[in-house]
Amino acid sequence: MKSTFAWKDHTSRRLLKDKAVLVGVVVLSLITISPIVLIISKLVVEGYQQISLDFLIENTPDTFEAMTAVANGENIPGGIANGIVGTLLMVVLASAIAIPIGVLTGIYLYENQGKFMANLTRNISDILQGVPSIVLGLISYLWVVKHITNGFSALAGSVSLAIMMLPMIVRSTEETLKMIPQTLKEAALALGVPYHKVILKVLVPTGFSGLSTGILLGISRILGETAPLLLTALGSSIINLDITQPTSAVPLLIWEFYNDPNMIGLIWSSSLLLMAIVLILNIVSKQIAGKRN
Amino acid sequence: MTNTIAEVKKPILSLKDLSIAYDKKYAVKNVSVEIKKNTVTAIMGPSGCGKSTLLRALNRMHELYENISTEGEAFLNGKNIYDMSPIKLRRHMGMVFQRPNPFPTMSIYDNVIAGYKLNGIRTKKKERDEIVERSLRDVALWDEVKDSLFKKGTFLSGGQQQRLCIARALAFSPEVILMDEPTSALDPVATSKVEDLLVKLKENYTIVLVTHNMSQAARISDYSLFMYLGELVEYGKTKNMFTNPIDPRTEEYLTGKFG
Repeated sequence: MKSTFAWKDHTSRRLLKDKAVLVGVVVLSLITISPIVLIISKLVVEGYQQISLDFLIENTPDTFEAMTAVANGENIPGGIANGIVGTLLMVVLASAIAIPIGVLTGIYLYENQGKFMANLTRNISDILQGVPSIVLGLISYLWVVKHITNGFSALAGSVSLAIMMLPMIVRSTEETLKMIPQTLKEAALALGVPYHKVILKVLVPTGFSGLSTGILLGISRILGETAPLLLTALGSSIINLDITQPTSAVPLLIWEFYNDPNMIGLIWSSSLLLMAIVLILNIVSKQIAGKRN
Repeated sequence: MTNTIAEVKKPILSLKDLSIAYDKKYAVKNVSVEIKKNTVTAIMGPSGCGKSTLLRALNRMHELYENISTEGEAFLNGKNIYDMSPIKLRRHMGMVFQRPNPFPTMSIYDNVIAGYKLNGIRTKKKERDEIVERSLRDVALWDEVKDSLFKKGTFLSGGQQQRLCIARALAFSPEVILMDEPTSALDPVATSKVEDLLVKLKENYTIVLVTHNMSQAARISDYSLFMYLGELVEYGKTKNMFTNPIDPRTEEYLTGKFG
Protein backbone atom coordinates (compact mmCIF):
# COMPACT_ATOMS: atom_id res chain seq x y z
CA MET A 1 0.00 0.00 0.00
CA LYS A 2 1.32 3.37 -0.87
CA SER A 3 1.82 5.70 2.01
CA THR A 4 -0.34 8.76 1.87
CA PHE A 5 2.02 10.67 4.16
CA ALA A 6 4.84 12.77 2.91
CA TRP A 7 7.53 11.59 5.33
CA LYS A 8 10.48 9.37 4.53
CA ASP A 9 10.77 5.92 6.03
CA HIS A 10 13.69 5.94 8.51
CA THR A 11 12.99 2.56 10.03
CA SER A 12 16.15 0.80 8.87
CA ARG A 13 18.33 3.64 10.10
CA ARG A 14 16.58 3.53 13.45
CA LEU A 15 17.08 -0.20 13.77
CA LEU A 16 20.76 0.31 13.08
CA LYS A 17 20.97 2.99 15.76
CA ASP A 18 19.16 0.66 18.13
CA LYS A 19 21.78 -2.03 17.55
CA ALA A 20 24.64 0.42 18.04
CA VAL A 21 23.24 1.49 21.40
CA LEU A 22 22.77 -2.12 22.44
CA VAL A 23 26.40 -2.92 21.59
CA GLY A 24 27.52 0.17 23.51
CA VAL A 25 25.56 -0.84 26.59
CA VAL A 26 26.94 -4.37 26.56
CA VAL A 27 30.53 -3.24 26.06
CA LEU A 28 30.38 -0.65 28.82
CA SER A 29 28.78 -3.18 31.20
CA LEU A 30 31.61 -5.59 30.47
CA ILE A 31 34.11 -2.84 31.24
CA THR A 32 32.33 -2.25 34.55
CA ILE A 33 32.54 -5.85 35.68
CA SER A 34 36.02 -6.51 34.30
CA PRO A 35 38.01 -5.05 37.24
CA ILE A 36 36.40 -7.39 39.78
CA VAL A 37 36.85 -10.37 37.47
CA LEU A 38 40.49 -9.44 36.86
CA ILE A 39 41.17 -8.89 40.57
CA ILE A 40 39.62 -12.15 41.68
CA SER A 41 41.29 -14.20 38.94
CA LYS A 42 44.69 -12.64 39.69
CA LEU A 43 44.30 -13.34 43.43
CA VAL A 44 43.24 -16.93 42.81
CA VAL A 45 46.03 -17.64 40.32
CA GLU A 46 48.76 -16.10 42.46
CA GLY A 47 47.43 -16.96 45.89
CA TYR A 48 45.96 -20.43 45.84
CA GLN A 49 49.25 -22.35 46.33
CA GLN A 50 49.84 -20.72 49.69
CA ILE A 51 46.34 -21.48 50.99
CA SER A 52 46.42 -24.50 53.29
CA LEU A 53 45.47 -25.39 56.83
CA ASP A 54 48.83 -24.04 58.05
CA PHE A 55 48.06 -20.73 56.40
CA LEU A 56 45.00 -20.40 58.61
CA ILE A 57 46.41 -21.66 61.93
CA GLU A 58 50.08 -20.59 61.96
CA ASN A 59 51.54 -17.23 62.81
CA THR A 60 53.48 -15.17 60.30
CA PRO A 61 57.00 -16.47 59.61
CA ASP A 62 59.98 -14.23 60.21
CA THR A 63 61.69 -12.78 57.21
CA PHE A 64 64.64 -15.20 57.41
CA GLU A 65 62.43 -18.31 57.28
CA ALA A 66 60.61 -16.85 54.32
CA MET A 67 63.89 -16.02 52.55
CA THR A 68 65.19 -19.57 52.98
CA ALA A 69 61.97 -21.08 51.68
CA VAL A 70 61.91 -18.82 48.67
CA ALA A 71 65.59 -19.60 47.93
CA ASN A 72 64.81 -23.34 47.99
CA GLY A 73 61.78 -22.84 45.75
CA GLU A 74 59.38 -23.96 48.47
CA ASN A 75 56.15 -22.41 49.76
CA ILE A 76 56.70 -19.82 52.47
CA PRO A 77 56.02 -21.55 55.82
CA GLY A 78 53.60 -20.27 58.44
CA GLY A 79 50.37 -18.42 57.97
CA ILE A 80 48.37 -15.42 59.02
CA ALA A 81 46.55 -16.76 62.08
CA ASN A 82 47.64 -13.71 64.10
CA GLY A 83 46.02 -11.47 61.49
CA ILE A 84 42.82 -13.50 61.25
CA VAL A 85 42.36 -13.60 65.01
CA GLY A 86 43.20 -9.90 65.33
CA THR A 87 40.75 -8.93 62.60
CA LEU A 88 38.03 -11.03 64.22
CA LEU A 89 38.75 -9.54 67.64
CA MET A 90 38.65 -5.97 66.39
CA VAL A 91 35.59 -6.46 64.17
CA VAL A 92 33.65 -8.06 67.02
CA LEU A 93 34.67 -5.30 69.40
CA ALA A 94 33.90 -2.57 66.86
CA SER A 95 30.48 -4.13 66.19
CA ALA A 96 29.79 -4.33 69.91
CA ILE A 97 30.46 -0.61 70.14
CA ALA A 98 28.83 0.54 66.90
CA ILE A 99 25.70 -1.64 66.62
CA PRO A 100 23.91 -0.54 69.82
CA ILE A 101 24.78 3.12 69.33
CA GLY A 102 23.97 3.04 65.61
CA VAL A 103 20.66 1.20 65.96
CA LEU A 104 19.49 3.46 68.79
CA THR A 105 20.48 6.57 66.84
CA GLY A 106 18.63 5.22 63.80
CA ILE A 107 15.51 4.68 65.92
CA TYR A 108 15.84 8.22 67.24
CA LEU A 109 16.03 9.63 63.71
CA TYR A 110 13.05 7.55 62.58
CA GLU A 111 10.94 8.70 65.50
CA ASN A 112 11.77 12.38 65.08
CA GLN A 113 11.41 12.96 61.35
CA GLY A 114 11.72 16.60 60.40
CA LYS A 115 12.79 17.83 63.82
CA PHE A 116 15.82 20.05 64.13
CA MET A 117 17.96 17.83 66.36
CA ALA A 118 17.23 14.76 64.27
CA ASN A 119 18.11 16.54 61.04
CA LEU A 120 21.31 17.81 62.61
CA THR A 121 22.21 14.32 63.82
CA ARG A 122 21.49 12.82 60.40
CA ASN A 123 23.62 15.39 58.62
CA ILE A 124 26.50 15.00 61.04
CA SER A 125 26.30 11.24 60.66
CA ASP A 126 26.46 11.66 56.88
CA ILE A 127 29.51 13.89 57.24
CA LEU A 128 31.12 11.29 59.49
CA GLN A 129 30.79 8.82 56.64
CA GLY A 130 32.95 11.10 54.53
CA VAL A 131 35.74 11.52 57.07
CA PRO A 132 38.93 9.90 55.71
CA SER A 133 39.72 6.70 57.59
CA ILE A 134 43.26 7.82 58.39
CA VAL A 135 41.76 10.79 60.27
CA LEU A 136 39.61 8.42 62.31
CA GLY A 137 42.82 6.53 63.08
CA LEU A 138 44.44 9.74 64.29
CA ILE A 139 41.45 10.57 66.50
CA SER A 140 41.45 7.11 68.01
CA TYR A 141 45.21 7.44 68.53
CA LEU A 142 44.66 10.64 70.48
CA TRP A 143 41.71 9.32 72.50
CA VAL A 144 42.58 5.71 73.16
CA VAL A 145 46.25 5.07 72.45
CA LYS A 146 47.47 8.13 74.35
CA HIS A 147 44.95 8.22 77.18
CA ILE A 148 43.28 4.87 77.75
CA THR A 149 45.54 2.00 76.79
CA ASN A 150 48.76 4.01 76.90
CA GLY A 151 50.04 2.26 73.84
CA PHE A 152 48.90 0.74 70.56
CA SER A 153 46.00 -1.60 71.16
CA ALA A 154 43.17 -3.62 69.67
CA LEU A 155 40.73 -1.36 71.53
CA ALA A 156 42.10 1.71 69.77
CA GLY A 157 41.74 -0.06 66.42
CA SER A 158 38.20 -1.10 67.26
CA VAL A 159 37.21 2.43 68.23
CA SER A 160 38.36 3.82 64.89
CA LEU A 161 36.58 1.00 63.03
CA ALA A 162 33.43 1.50 65.11
CA ILE A 163 33.30 5.18 64.14
CA MET A 164 33.58 4.09 60.52
CA MET A 165 30.68 1.63 60.81
CA LEU A 166 28.45 3.95 62.76
CA PRO A 167 26.99 6.11 59.96
CA MET A 168 26.17 3.06 57.84
CA ILE A 169 24.27 1.42 60.68
CA VAL A 170 22.45 4.65 61.57
CA ARG A 171 21.31 5.15 57.99
CA SER A 172 20.28 1.56 57.35
CA THR A 173 18.34 1.43 60.63
CA GLU A 174 16.44 4.60 59.81
CA GLU A 175 15.72 3.55 56.21
CA THR A 176 14.61 0.08 57.30
CA LEU A 177 12.23 1.39 59.94
CA LYS A 178 10.78 3.88 57.45
CA MET A 179 9.82 0.99 55.17
CA ILE A 180 7.75 -0.70 57.89
CA PRO A 181 4.09 0.23 57.48
CA GLN A 182 2.75 2.65 60.08
CA THR A 183 -0.25 0.35 60.59
CA LEU A 184 1.96 -2.22 62.29
CA LYS A 185 3.06 0.30 64.88
CA GLU A 186 -0.56 1.31 65.39
CA ALA A 187 -1.60 -2.32 65.80
CA ALA A 188 0.87 -2.76 68.63
CA LEU A 189 0.05 0.56 70.30
CA ALA A 190 -3.67 -0.25 70.11
CA LEU A 191 -2.96 -3.40 72.13
CA GLY A 192 -1.73 -1.18 74.93
CA VAL A 193 1.90 -2.02 74.32
CA PRO A 194 4.22 0.63 75.77
CA TYR A 195 6.20 2.64 73.30
CA HIS A 196 9.66 1.17 73.98
CA LYS A 197 8.31 -2.35 73.61
CA VAL A 198 6.66 -1.46 70.30
CA ILE A 199 10.06 -0.46 69.02
CA LEU A 200 12.07 -3.33 70.47
CA LYS A 201 9.56 -6.15 70.02
CA VAL A 202 7.69 -5.18 66.86
CA LEU A 203 9.63 -2.70 64.73
CA VAL A 204 13.13 -4.07 65.23
CA PRO A 205 12.17 -7.74 64.65
CA THR A 206 10.10 -6.76 61.59
CA GLY A 207 13.01 -4.80 60.18
CA PHE A 208 15.56 -7.38 61.26
CA SER A 209 16.65 -8.35 57.75
CA GLY A 210 17.18 -4.72 56.82
CA LEU A 211 19.15 -4.05 59.98
CA SER A 212 21.35 -7.08 59.49
CA THR A 213 22.02 -6.13 55.87
CA GLY A 214 23.26 -2.74 57.02
CA ILE A 215 25.39 -4.26 59.73
CA LEU A 216 26.94 -6.86 57.41
CA LEU A 217 27.76 -4.20 54.83
CA GLY A 218 29.30 -2.11 57.62
CA ILE A 219 31.43 -5.06 58.70
CA SER A 220 32.56 -5.83 55.18
CA ARG A 221 33.55 -2.19 54.84
CA ILE A 222 35.80 -2.19 57.93
CA LEU A 223 37.28 -5.63 57.31
CA GLY A 224 39.73 -4.27 54.78
CA GLU A 225 40.57 -1.02 56.54
CA THR A 226 44.30 -0.56 56.92
CA ALA A 227 45.10 3.08 57.42
CA PRO A 228 43.44 3.64 60.82
CA LEU A 229 44.88 0.38 62.12
CA LEU A 230 48.43 1.46 61.29
CA LEU A 231 48.01 4.28 63.80
CA THR A 232 46.11 2.33 66.44
CA ALA A 233 46.50 -1.46 66.48
CA LEU A 234 50.01 -1.32 65.00
CA GLY A 235 50.40 -5.07 64.42
CA SER A 236 51.78 -8.09 66.19
CA SER A 237 53.65 -11.21 65.10
CA ILE A 238 51.78 -13.44 67.53
CA ILE A 239 48.13 -14.10 68.29
CA ASN A 240 46.89 -11.54 70.79
CA LEU A 241 43.57 -11.63 72.60
CA ASP A 242 44.26 -8.79 75.04
CA ILE A 243 42.42 -5.73 73.82
CA THR A 244 44.92 -3.40 75.49
CA GLN A 245 47.84 -4.83 73.50
CA PRO A 246 49.00 -4.24 69.94
CA THR A 247 47.21 -6.60 67.59
CA SER A 248 47.60 -7.70 64.02
CA ALA A 249 44.95 -7.73 61.32
CA VAL A 250 44.81 -9.25 57.84
CA PRO A 251 45.07 -5.91 55.99
CA LEU A 252 47.94 -4.87 58.27
CA LEU A 253 49.77 -8.08 57.38
CA ILE A 254 49.26 -7.41 53.68
CA TRP A 255 50.91 -4.04 54.20
CA GLU A 256 53.79 -5.67 56.10
CA PHE A 257 54.28 -8.34 53.43
CA TYR A 258 54.34 -5.66 50.80
CA ASN A 259 57.19 -3.95 52.62
CA ASP A 260 59.26 -7.12 53.00
CA PRO A 261 60.67 -8.44 49.71
CA ASN A 262 60.94 -11.97 51.16
CA MET A 263 57.27 -12.15 52.02
CA ILE A 264 55.84 -11.00 48.68
CA GLY A 265 54.45 -14.50 48.13
CA LEU A 266 52.07 -14.12 51.05
CA ILE A 267 50.43 -10.93 49.77
CA TRP A 268 48.30 -12.76 47.23
CA SER A 269 47.02 -15.47 49.51
CA SER A 270 46.22 -12.99 52.30
CA SER A 271 44.40 -10.73 49.86
CA LEU A 272 42.55 -13.71 48.45
CA LEU A 273 41.34 -14.67 51.91
CA LEU A 274 40.26 -11.11 52.75
CA MET A 275 38.55 -10.72 49.39
CA ALA A 276 36.73 -14.02 49.85
CA ILE A 277 35.38 -13.01 53.27
CA VAL A 278 34.23 -9.60 52.04
CA LEU A 279 32.62 -11.19 49.00
CA ILE A 280 30.79 -13.77 51.09
CA LEU A 281 29.53 -11.10 53.49
CA ASN A 282 28.27 -9.05 50.57
CA ILE A 283 26.51 -12.01 49.00
CA VAL A 284 24.94 -13.01 52.31
CA SER A 285 23.68 -9.48 52.96
CA LYS A 286 22.26 -9.26 49.44
CA GLN A 287 20.48 -12.57 50.02
CA ILE A 288 18.96 -11.32 53.26
CA ALA A 289 17.91 -8.07 51.60
CA GLY A 290 16.43 -10.01 48.67
CA LYS A 291 14.38 -12.21 50.97
CA ARG A 292 12.81 -9.14 52.50
CA ASN A 293 11.61 -7.91 49.14
CA MET B 1 -26.82 21.67 66.26
CA THR B 2 -29.59 19.15 66.22
CA ASN B 3 -28.13 16.15 67.97
CA THR B 4 -30.64 13.87 69.39
CA ILE B 5 -29.26 11.82 72.20
CA ALA B 6 -30.76 8.42 71.80
CA GLU B 7 -32.41 6.94 74.78
CA VAL B 8 -29.77 4.89 76.46
CA LYS B 9 -30.17 3.08 79.71
CA LYS B 10 -26.69 1.94 80.63
CA PRO B 11 -24.04 3.74 78.59
CA ILE B 12 -20.66 2.04 78.47
CA LEU B 13 -19.12 5.02 76.72
CA SER B 14 -20.24 8.55 77.11
CA LEU B 15 -18.73 11.60 75.48
CA LYS B 16 -19.39 15.10 76.74
CA ASP B 17 -18.66 18.04 74.47
CA LEU B 18 -15.69 16.28 72.99
CA SER B 19 -13.72 18.43 70.55
CA ILE B 20 -10.48 17.55 68.81
CA ALA B 21 -8.34 19.93 66.84
CA TYR B 22 -5.28 19.42 64.66
CA ASP B 23 -3.19 22.57 64.55
CA LYS B 24 -6.17 24.48 65.99
CA LYS B 25 -8.43 23.29 63.16
CA TYR B 26 -11.35 21.40 64.62
CA ALA B 27 -11.86 17.90 63.24
CA VAL B 28 -14.45 16.99 65.85
CA LYS B 29 -16.69 19.64 67.39
CA ASN B 30 -18.61 19.32 70.65
CA VAL B 31 -19.73 15.75 70.26
CA SER B 32 -21.89 14.39 73.07
CA VAL B 33 -22.96 10.80 72.75
CA GLU B 34 -23.84 7.88 74.97
CA ILE B 35 -23.12 4.45 73.61
CA LYS B 36 -25.01 1.49 74.97
CA LYS B 37 -23.49 -1.77 76.06
CA ASN B 38 -23.73 -4.80 73.76
CA THR B 39 -24.68 -2.88 70.69
CA VAL B 40 -23.12 -2.17 67.33
CA THR B 41 -22.88 1.58 66.81
CA ALA B 42 -21.95 2.85 63.37
CA ILE B 43 -20.28 6.19 62.76
CA MET B 44 -21.16 7.40 59.26
CA GLY B 45 -20.40 10.45 57.25
CA PRO B 46 -18.57 11.72 54.18
CA SER B 47 -14.75 11.68 53.99
CA GLY B 48 -13.09 14.16 56.27
CA CYS B 49 -16.07 14.52 58.57
CA GLY B 50 -14.01 13.51 61.60
CA LYS B 51 -15.38 10.02 62.08
CA SER B 52 -11.98 8.30 62.23
CA THR B 53 -10.65 10.99 64.53
CA LEU B 54 -13.61 10.50 66.84
CA LEU B 55 -13.04 6.75 66.88
CA ARG B 56 -9.35 7.15 67.61
CA ALA B 57 -10.10 9.61 70.37
CA LEU B 58 -11.88 6.79 72.20
CA ASN B 59 -8.69 4.82 72.78
CA ARG B 60 -6.47 7.89 72.57
CA MET B 61 -4.73 6.73 69.41
CA HIS B 62 -5.31 10.23 68.01
CA GLU B 63 -2.63 11.45 70.39
CA LEU B 64 -0.02 9.86 68.15
CA TYR B 65 -0.51 12.72 65.72
CA GLU B 66 1.33 15.93 66.36
CA ASN B 67 -0.16 19.22 67.51
CA ILE B 68 -3.37 17.64 68.64
CA SER B 69 -5.58 19.17 71.26
CA THR B 70 -8.52 17.54 72.97
CA GLU B 71 -11.29 19.32 74.86
CA GLY B 72 -14.25 17.89 76.68
CA GLU B 73 -14.58 14.58 78.39
CA ALA B 74 -15.09 10.93 77.58
CA PHE B 75 -16.01 8.21 80.03
CA LEU B 76 -15.64 4.47 79.89
CA ASN B 77 -17.92 2.92 82.52
CA GLY B 78 -17.93 6.23 84.32
CA LYS B 79 -14.15 6.68 84.36
CA ASN B 80 -12.67 9.58 82.45
CA ILE B 81 -10.49 8.04 79.77
CA TYR B 82 -8.31 11.15 79.58
CA ASP B 83 -7.29 10.58 83.20
CA MET B 84 -6.38 6.94 82.58
CA SER B 85 -3.03 5.83 81.25
CA PRO B 86 -3.44 5.25 77.50
CA ILE B 87 -1.68 1.92 77.88
CA LYS B 88 -4.27 0.64 80.33
CA LEU B 89 -7.15 2.20 78.44
CA ARG B 90 -6.16 0.46 75.22
CA ARG B 91 -6.32 -2.92 76.89
CA HIS B 92 -10.02 -2.25 77.55
CA MET B 93 -10.59 -0.94 74.02
CA GLY B 94 -9.58 -3.28 71.24
CA MET B 95 -9.00 -1.75 67.83
CA VAL B 96 -9.29 -3.15 64.32
CA PHE B 97 -7.94 -1.21 61.37
CA GLN B 98 -8.87 -0.65 57.73
CA ARG B 99 -6.29 -3.01 56.37
CA PRO B 100 -5.51 -6.29 58.07
CA ASN B 101 -2.23 -5.76 59.92
CA PRO B 102 -1.08 -9.01 61.53
CA PHE B 103 2.49 -8.89 62.84
CA PRO B 104 4.51 -10.36 59.95
CA THR B 105 7.20 -11.89 62.16
CA MET B 106 4.72 -13.82 64.28
CA SER B 107 2.78 -17.05 63.83
CA ILE B 108 -1.02 -17.13 63.93
CA TYR B 109 -0.84 -18.29 67.53
CA ASP B 110 1.58 -15.54 68.53
CA ASN B 111 -0.49 -12.91 66.73
CA VAL B 112 -3.54 -13.78 68.81
CA ILE B 113 -1.58 -13.75 72.04
CA ALA B 114 0.50 -10.72 70.98
CA GLY B 115 -1.18 -8.40 73.48
CA TYR B 116 0.04 -10.56 76.33
CA LYS B 117 3.44 -11.33 74.86
CA LEU B 118 4.35 -7.79 73.89
CA ASN B 119 3.18 -6.44 77.22
CA GLY B 120 5.19 -9.06 79.08
CA ILE B 121 2.09 -10.37 80.86
CA ARG B 122 2.95 -13.81 82.17
CA THR B 123 0.49 -16.56 81.47
CA LYS B 124 0.65 -20.32 81.76
CA LYS B 125 0.78 -22.27 78.55
CA LYS B 126 -2.62 -23.78 79.23
CA GLU B 127 -4.13 -20.34 79.73
CA ARG B 128 -2.54 -19.10 76.53
CA ASP B 129 -3.86 -22.08 74.59
CA GLU B 130 -7.32 -21.36 75.95
CA ILE B 131 -7.17 -17.67 75.07
CA VAL B 132 -6.00 -18.44 71.54
CA GLU B 133 -8.67 -21.07 70.97
CA ARG B 134 -11.46 -18.94 72.46
CA SER B 135 -10.46 -15.86 70.45
CA LEU B 136 -10.12 -17.79 67.21
CA ARG B 137 -13.45 -19.53 67.79
CA ASP B 138 -15.06 -16.16 68.47
CA VAL B 139 -14.02 -14.97 65.02
CA ALA B 140 -14.93 -18.30 63.39
CA LEU B 141 -11.34 -18.86 62.33
CA TRP B 142 -10.48 -21.78 64.60
CA ASP B 143 -11.60 -24.54 62.25
CA GLU B 144 -9.74 -22.94 59.35
CA VAL B 145 -6.40 -22.51 61.11
CA LYS B 146 -6.27 -25.02 63.96
CA ASP B 147 -3.82 -27.20 62.04
CA SER B 148 -1.55 -24.34 61.06
CA LEU B 149 -1.40 -22.28 64.24
CA PHE B 150 2.35 -21.98 64.00
CA LYS B 151 2.46 -20.74 60.43
CA LYS B 152 2.95 -17.05 59.77
CA GLY B 153 -0.25 -15.01 59.99
CA THR B 154 0.61 -13.29 56.75
CA PHE B 155 -0.02 -16.52 54.77
CA LEU B 156 -3.74 -16.22 55.38
CA SER B 157 -6.14 -14.60 52.91
CA GLY B 158 -7.13 -10.96 53.43
CA GLY B 159 -10.43 -11.85 55.06
CA GLN B 160 -8.82 -14.42 57.33
CA GLN B 161 -6.12 -11.91 58.26
CA GLN B 162 -8.75 -9.38 59.25
CA ARG B 163 -10.53 -11.96 61.39
CA LEU B 164 -7.16 -12.81 62.92
CA CYS B 165 -6.73 -9.13 63.78
CA ILE B 166 -10.17 -9.12 65.39
CA ALA B 167 -9.16 -12.22 67.37
CA ARG B 168 -6.02 -10.38 68.47
CA ALA B 169 -8.21 -7.55 69.77
CA LEU B 170 -10.54 -10.03 71.51
CA ALA B 171 -7.75 -11.84 73.33
CA PHE B 172 -7.72 -9.22 76.08
CA SER B 173 -11.50 -9.55 76.48
CA PRO B 174 -11.88 -5.81 75.94
CA GLU B 175 -15.09 -4.02 76.82
CA VAL B 176 -15.30 -2.10 73.59
CA ILE B 177 -14.00 -2.93 70.14
CA LEU B 178 -13.30 0.01 67.87
CA MET B 179 -13.29 -0.71 64.16
CA ASP B 180 -12.08 1.69 61.52
CA GLU B 181 -13.72 0.59 58.26
CA PRO B 182 -12.79 -3.04 58.92
CA THR B 183 -14.14 -4.37 55.64
CA SER B 184 -13.01 -1.68 53.21
CA ALA B 185 -10.07 -3.80 52.03
CA LEU B 186 -12.03 -7.05 51.80
CA ASP B 187 -13.99 -8.74 49.02
CA PRO B 188 -17.76 -9.20 49.34
CA VAL B 189 -17.59 -12.77 50.67
CA ALA B 190 -15.04 -11.88 53.35
CA THR B 191 -17.04 -8.73 54.14
CA SER B 192 -20.21 -10.65 54.79
CA LYS B 193 -18.32 -13.08 57.04
CA VAL B 194 -16.94 -10.21 59.11
CA GLU B 195 -20.39 -8.59 59.27
CA ASP B 196 -22.00 -11.81 60.52
CA LEU B 197 -19.25 -11.99 63.07
CA LEU B 198 -19.88 -8.48 64.38
CA VAL B 199 -23.56 -9.23 64.93
CA LYS B 200 -22.55 -12.31 66.90
CA LEU B 201 -19.83 -10.51 68.85
CA LYS B 202 -22.16 -7.87 70.26
CA GLU B 203 -23.54 -10.49 72.66
CA ASN B 204 -20.35 -10.14 74.65
CA TYR B 205 -18.78 -6.92 73.44
CA THR B 206 -19.71 -3.40 72.49
CA ILE B 207 -18.70 -2.45 68.98
CA VAL B 208 -18.14 1.01 67.57
CA LEU B 209 -17.66 0.91 63.84
CA VAL B 210 -16.63 3.60 61.38
CA THR B 211 -18.00 2.88 57.95
CA HIS B 212 -18.26 4.49 54.56
CA ASN B 213 -20.72 1.90 53.51
CA MET B 214 -24.27 2.98 54.34
CA SER B 215 -25.82 -0.37 53.57
CA GLN B 216 -23.34 -1.99 55.92
CA ALA B 217 -24.44 0.37 58.69
CA ALA B 218 -28.07 -0.43 57.90
CA ARG B 219 -27.39 -4.18 57.93
CA ILE B 220 -25.50 -4.58 61.15
CA SER B 221 -25.72 -1.55 63.42
CA ASP B 222 -28.25 -0.90 66.16
CA TYR B 223 -27.41 2.75 66.56
CA SER B 224 -25.93 5.20 64.09
CA LEU B 225 -24.12 8.48 64.35
CA PHE B 226 -24.13 10.75 61.36
CA MET B 227 -21.29 13.24 61.31
CA TYR B 228 -20.74 16.13 58.96
CA LEU B 229 -17.82 18.61 59.04
CA GLY B 230 -16.83 17.51 62.52
CA GLU B 231 -20.29 17.92 63.98
CA LEU B 232 -22.58 15.21 65.18
CA VAL B 233 -25.65 15.81 63.07
CA GLU B 234 -27.82 12.99 64.20
CA TYR B 235 -27.67 10.05 66.56
CA GLY B 236 -30.32 7.45 67.05
CA LYS B 237 -31.54 3.97 66.30
CA THR B 238 -30.31 2.92 62.90
CA LYS B 239 -33.79 1.84 61.82
CA ASN B 240 -35.26 5.23 62.63
CA MET B 241 -32.42 7.10 61.00
CA PHE B 242 -32.70 5.22 57.74
CA THR B 243 -36.48 5.34 57.56
CA ASN B 244 -37.15 8.71 59.07
CA PRO B 245 -34.10 10.95 59.42
CA ILE B 246 -34.67 14.10 61.45
CA ASP B 247 -31.99 16.36 60.00
CA PRO B 248 -32.21 17.28 56.30
CA ARG B 249 -28.43 16.74 55.96
CA THR B 250 -28.77 13.15 57.11
CA GLU B 251 -31.51 12.56 54.59
CA GLU B 252 -29.45 14.09 51.79
CA TYR B 253 -26.45 11.91 52.68
CA LEU B 254 -28.48 8.75 53.01
CA THR B 255 -30.22 9.34 49.71
CA GLY B 256 -26.90 9.93 47.99
CA LYS B 257 -27.17 13.66 47.36
CA PHE B 258 -23.61 14.13 48.67
CA GLY B 259 -20.78 12.21 50.33
